[in-house]
Amino acid sequence: MHKLQKLEIKGISKSFQGFPANQDIDLDIKSGEILGLLGENGAGKTTLMNILYGLYQPDEGEIIVNGRTAQINSPLESIQCGIGMVHQHFMLIQNHSVIENIALGYKDTPFFFPKIKIRQKIIEFSNKFNFDIEPEKKIWQLSAGEQQRVEIIKALLNGADLLILDEPTSVLTPVEIKELFLILKEMVKLGHMVIIISHKLDEIMEICDRVVVLQKGKVVGSAVTKETDKRALAKMMIGRDVIFNMTKQAVPKGGQVLKVEHVEIPGDTGTRPAVHDVSFDIFENEIFGVAGVSGNGQRELAEAITGIRHVNSGHIFVKGCEITNNSPRRIHDAGISHVPEERIKFGIAPGLFLYDNAILKQQHLKKYSHRCFLDYCEIKNHAEVLMETYRVSAPSINTPTKNLSGGNIQKLILGREISDQPPLLVASHPTYGLDIGATEYLRQQLLDRRSKGGAVLLFSEDLEEIFELCDRIAIMYRGEFMGILDSNDKRLSEIGLMMAGSLKLECAA
Amino acid sequence: MFKIRITGRKTITPLRSFMTNVSALAAGLVAVSIIFLFCGANPFFAIGKIFSGSFGSIYGIKETITKAIPLILIGSGLALAFRAKFWNIGAEGQLLLGAAFGTWTGLAWGSVLPSYIIIPLMFTAGFVGGALCGLIPAVLKVKFSINEVISTLMLNYICAEFITMLIVGPWKGKARFGFPGTDNLPASALLGVIPGSRIHYATLIIALLSAVVLCVIVYKTRFGYNVRVIGENPDAGRYAGIDFFKTSLIVMAVSGGAAGIAGVGEVAGIHHYLGYPDAISSGYGFTAIIVAWLAKLNPLYTIFSGIFFAGIMVGGDAIQISLGLPAATVDIVNGTLLVFLIMGDFFLKNKAVIRNR
Repeated sequence: MHKLQKLEIKGISKSFQGFPANQDIDLDIKSGEILGLLGENGAGKTTLMNILYGLYQPDEGEIIVNGRTAQINSPLESIQCGIGMVHQHFMLIQNHSVIENIALGYKDTPFFFPKIKIRQKIIEFSNKFNFDIEPEKKIWQLSAGEQQRVEIIKALLNGADLLILDEPTSVLTPVEIKELFLILKEMVKLGHMVIIISHKLDEIMEICDRVVVLQKGKVVGSAVTKETDKRALAKMMIGRDVIFNMTKQAVPKGGQVLKVEHVEIPGDTGTRPAVHDVSFDIFENEIFGVAGVSGNGQRELAEAITGIRHVNSGHIFVKGCEITNNSPRRIHDAGISHVPEERIKFGIAPGLFLYDNAILKQQHLKKYSHRCFLDYCEIKNHAEVLMETYRVSAPSINTPTKNLSGGNIQKLILGREISDQPPLLVASHPTYGLDIGATEYLRQQLLDRRSKGGAVLLFSEDLEEIFELCDRIAIMYRGEFMGILDSNDKRLSEIGLMMAGSLKLECAA
Repeated sequence: MFKIRITGRKTITPLRSFMTNVSALAAGLVAVSIIFLFCGANPFFAIGKIFSGSFGSIYGIKETITKAIPLILIGSGLALAFRAKFWNIGAEGQLLLGAAFGTWTGLAWGSVLPSYIIIPLMFTAGFVGGALCGLIPAVLKVKFSINEVISTLMLNYICAEFITMLIVGPWKGKARFGFPGTDNLPASALLGVIPGSRIHYATLIIALLSAVVLCVIVYKTRFGYNVRVIGENPDAGRYAGIDFFKTSLIVMAVSGGAAGIAGVGEVAGIHHYLGYPDAISSGYGFTAIIVAWLAKLNPLYTIFSGIFFAGIMVGGDAIQISLGLPAATVDIVNGTLLVFLIMGDFFLKNKAVIRNR
């Protein structure tokens, strides 16, 4: 009944500008199987899947569908082979309803009254796979998890027997991840196959039958998940042992760096402020973590502290100087660096060269200019040093920044922001979407700042990260701090309740 | 069946860039030839005539340079604005307002001040006029998010009608015997020309300087860096603390000002009085948009693209006379070549693979 029973990839190679992204990769999957594709950022996972989906042509190698060599020249041909892909960033039209979005890509959409047929189809599929979806809702009203389900239905309706999911859990809440996994398990029971691209070991272990590990564009190992463990996979993935628990140096708390007093910050829309009456302070040699499910005012708070967003009321001080509602440049000069949440959106100018981006926000500093002229010699040196020190892997500093992978862009931004040893670093989700190697490295850099007298304000959804790094932890829910706890406070066990808003500590300063 | 597949090209060598543009031009000329055939003209003769008319004779070269002056000046300013993703379609209006400011200065003080004072004064006035006209859409865009394409485009008409109003009304010259237009500028307010031509060299020097200086500004200065960051990613500009308002104002003041200077050059160097808008400009403000794009938004390259398009304008006049083709022919030639050059750009950035399957 499934047109795609078995898919094999043999000896696929692909390089960009002589930079090999995939080298001689073999892979196979048969129906009823979930295959995990594990690897660090830039290991070539997405390139490989884009080849399978017809977005790129391999330089060498072949794709074998049901035992016959197939030429996949475009996503359309890939869909005809029974391959469907759900991208990390959803390809949906926000202002259209679920039905309309699905009708758009569906080949059998009737010309007249398409909604009736599509609604039927959606309901039929949601029942088959235990989905929960409201066909009439507009996409922007849906949560990330629901949007992902729309994407999955879209692929299934087009007859996908093989579903490729690119980092499917990166935008989901823990509950949504569970639901997604249930759906996937239902699908494979019915004979579909699934490839999951991920670098999250826990998830791979939980959901996949087999896992293939890529490193620097090559297959470095594969394993049946039942017969292996996290540590072994992690070692395969980065080629050495990982420190899962970092050692935090004991350093005495220094002077006050940042003081925030009763700030109220407006959101993008709506009458309700995004942040309401929040106060805290940060000291030298301290990492202050803000935990919580994203969308509870963390972004707005970070933007207000770094000057991108104005506050309605309240005060912000850096080392005793008031910086409330100052321009981002003044705040940067006062000693606050910022690793923004949406790094591609805010952190870089994609069309400019790597060396241009290496001084973004520092272009007005004396060391990079003679009067109004920029000193490109110095800038290029600086870029070389950043690339070297922060392990940014790119062909050269003359590469347009948009050609770098997400992880490397993040390393570049982090390097740029902390190489000047700022008194305070505001880091929003610095390791979001990064692989283990890069994550470990970035966290180490944050700890280094801490031991060298710097202060870090860390926004993260990753509790493991928060616990590992932070000296004090604030829990944010609906624009308010539900409590600020020391890292050794016993009440941390109730952090989940605080994140969900069902517990607020009285002592929340 | 043949199947064409388009994939992005990651590196672009200078040689490929050059070859692509040459082939695009060649393909464009083939298309133009077909149009000439329909008009009953021998395409080889007509195209030959265009280039011999503009570059083939001393007279042609002189005329080409004359027309290249405003194109280079405006084109280099537009390249700066387009770099910042500020779509200034209003250079025509900025040119006219600059011309009006310059003319007024020349008429008011030209008779009492010596050349070496009045002419810099007129250029300054022209710059101010063009800059003012450019600042309006900049303020509207940054403060009220009004689309600059619409506001600059509409300002063209406002400026043109404003000039018409002036020359048939309050500024109508006493020596014109009732015809529209201001009086001639006094002799001290006229620009010197290279003998035997209409090349007003003062403006030519300003145009070349503008191309060079703006190129240095865009690629070597902090301001240019800010402009490129804003153009590439406004959000990153905000994050980096670049003052959007200030940068937009400067960009549009320079872009409009350059067009204003070109207006002064046309009036004081060629016409000697302010007449009907389409007599003063013959669409330089719009052609310069093409000049800036063909120069890949590098102000320095507008020197070459400006001369190229000036050549087509002059050559178009030549075929009008020698072949008796209608005046619109040159616009068709212009437009066709532009479309092919833009298509060339597509093939420069992407590669097409034809597969037989």
